Amino acid sequence: MSDNLQLNSEGKLKHFLTIEGLDKQLLIEILDLAESFVGMTDGRIKKIPLLRGKSIVNLFFENSTRTRTTFELAAKRLSADVLSMSIATSSTSKGESLLDTIRNLEAMYVDMFVVRHGISGAAHFIAQHAASHISVINAGDGQHAHPTQAMLDMFTIRQIKQDFSQLRVAIVGDILHSRVARSNIQALNTLGVAEVRVIAPKTLLPAQVETMGVTVSHSLADGLKDIDVIIMLRLQKERMTAALLPSENEYFKCFGLTEARLKIAKPDAIVMHPGPINRGVEIDSIVADGPQSVILKQVSNGIAIRMAIMAMAMQKQGSM
Amino acid sequence: MIVNRLDVSDLLGTLEAKLKQAIVERQLTDPLMIGIRTGGVWVAEKMHQRLAIKQPLGLLDISFYRDDFSQIGVNPNVKPSELPVQIEGRNIILIDDVFYTGRTIRAALNEIFDYGRPKQVLLAVLIERDGKQIPISPDCVGASIALDAGQRIKLIGPEPLAIEIQTVDVAA
Repeated sequence: MSDNLQLNSEGKLKHFLTIEGLDKQLLIEILDLAESFVGMTDGRIKKIPLLRGKSIVNLFFENSTRTRTTFELAAKRLSADVLSMSIATSSTSKGESLLDTIRNLEAMYVDMFVVRHGISGAAHFIAQHAASHISVINAGDGQHAHPTQAMLDMFTIRQIKQDFSQLRVAIVGDILHSRVARSNIQALNTLGVAEVRVIAPKTLLPAQVETMGVTVSHSLADGLKDIDVIIMLRLQKERMTAALLPSENEYFKCFGLTEARLKIAKPDAIVMHPGPINRGVEIDSIVADGPQSVILKQVSNGIAIRMAIMAMAMQKQGSM
Repeated sequence: MIVNRLDVSDLLGTLEAKLKQAIVERQLTDPLMIGIRTGGVWVAEKMHQRLAIKQPLGLLDISFYRDDFSQIGVNPNVKPSELPVQIEGRNIILIDDVFYTGRTIRAALNEIFDYGRPKQVLLAVLIERDGKQIPISPDCVGASIALDAGQRIKLIGPEPLAIEIQTVDVAA
């Protein structure tokens, strides 16, 4: 997949499909712009006219309440017209029906697609085939990438820890199937953290995971030492049926984040989770609702970061 | 390129005198002064102090209200606007450094009206140049100047303040 697809001829963001291939400066620019939107969404003005007259379509082939809602709110706060479509995928002829959907929406003068799809590469596919004035934002594709989630995680980390360079970040859970993990690992390494550590049972790690720029641990007791940021991943229930894990109880015993285990990390460590959380499976309720948890802050920051990414992807495209 | 620098102390003095008069004539009781980032804030700081305005100075960043977003994009270092008091029903003195096309003021007024409905808005600028494009004009100016299309004018600051006029040298 081409990464240059994401940038226009002047090196500005055109599509936002994956963190891969984007440089540190661009990621910082997104974080800085989001920062100015945070001030706004807290304040007395809820809406700014930046994208007035633009039409944005949320194309959700996969369900997601949080991501869809924050994208919708972000678009509305930029004064864009936004339409959310939930489209159930049929197992046959996906490529064809997907393109047909796109062609029809293009005919309605849409300016941006926000795409979530169960198949890796779906957002790339749409970006490659959509009319040239259209920007595409990946809101999660299969097991490939979830770059806006990664950016809101980076934003939340920067808000609390300020500097990335000294941070040790642990990502815990189902790394193998997680697009959030993949995008977060890329973003953390691009921003230059001291260490990204993945903590998971062997069955939930991709082969040669070290080549992604991470260190590996198979136990929370060892893995959480010296950690500043803990990113917990949701354990997808369907993994049990695939015989990758014995049971939810067993998983919680070994890889669930409890109060006692949280103490192994640095005392000021923060706990993150992309949601939705499975209480008592990957994380204990006391930790999820505890003082070190920033899970709801992540949700709030999701609006500002999505505003920033949408604004940047729409700029300089109009008349050029 | 030829660069001319102008001292601003006379301009500040003139603007101050005109503002004093306008405040009386327009009955701008207990006004809120708002400077437009960045140059407008520098001028507003001076006027705020010289006129002993009681309300704290307001700061406006109009980046999100510009009408040329689709051409030039958004500046990632936008600072939040800070309007310390209610806009609703208030007398406002809006300050900018250079008045040119009028588009910045259009954006500033739109933003201010998103916060509430002011009673009056008075526009004061340090220097006005020709070339306005929309029907907006300043109420008080430190000086007016006629420039050629190729000439650019900007305020250098914050300390000391100076007006810089850049002229592209056609002979070069």
